[in-house]
Amino acid sequence: MMIDWTAFTPWPALAGGALIGLAAALFLLLNGRIAGISGVLGGLLKPVKGDIAWRAAFVLGLVGAPLVYGLFQRLPVPQIDADYAALIAAGLLVGVGTRYGSGCTSGHGVCGLARLSPRSLVATACFMAAGFATVFVIRHLFKI
Amino acid sequence: MLAFTSLLAGLVFGIGLMISGMANPAKVLGFLDLSGRWDPSLALVMGGAVAVSAVAFSIARRRNASLLGAALKLPTARQIDRRLVIGSTLFGIGWGIAGFCPGPALVALGMGEAKAVVFVVAMLAGMGLFELVEWKKQSPALRTR
Repeated sequence: MMIDWTAFTPWPALAGGALIGLAAALFLLLNGRIAGISGVLGGLLKPVKGDIAWRAAFVLGLVGAPLVYGLFQRLPVPQIDADYAALIAAGLLVGVGTRYGSGCTSGHGVCGLARLSPRSLVATACFMAAGFATVFVIRHLFKI
Repeated sequence: MLAFTSLLAGLVFGIGLMISGMANPAKVLGFLDLSGRWDPSLALVMGGAVAVSAVAFSIARRRNASLLGAALKLPTARQIDRRLVIGSTLFGIGWGIAGFCPGPALVALGMGEAKAVVFVVAMLAGMGLFELVEWKKQSPALRTR
């Protein structure tokens, strides 16, 4: 392993992470809910009466975040290297996988670890390991 | 009120994703590339987020309802089963292919990135597929919709 010190951004990472934690904290303490994005989104696909507005509002907040951020700061430009076929395959896997495994990076990774859930620890270990392995296969085995 | 605080939490979450670099797939893949030139930044995102939200969870544990009087809906599942392991692994593979997980993909959607639109549509299709299979597995009597 070689650490890429030029790409390493510890302060924005910590500050952004703290904001993500703050959002999860607000959501828990005010709404009484776990800020798990895949769960919030998935619930909209199987709507239950009286359970739609807060879900839609949370998603709207995420999608609208660049708009608000852009009022104060220059927007960061995301670099998306995957081609369309890869994006479709990845999207399907993320969609099915997060619902089947009951969570993603936010629900299991942030909230689950924060409440010391053994189930979320296992889930996080699985998706991290799978992520590391996938990038290894794509970049170093097949050199794509 | 719950919809408003939900919107606020979503906004703060999204801004956190942008500041941290999580909303940039190239940055995410730099973190997942252990054997290349590794960018450890995202470990700090996770660390920072867990540290702050852990405080809220310890407060919530001592309460019966949220500050706004809503029910505290904490997960009750305990079992570590096939679904958890297989589902999380499939998610990890998808995450490693494109560098997108659900939150950052929604933020990138809000930036108007065409590729994010494609990813989010595929992700919703995957979630819909899951719901369909679950529904088909139920006995006809339980199928409410």
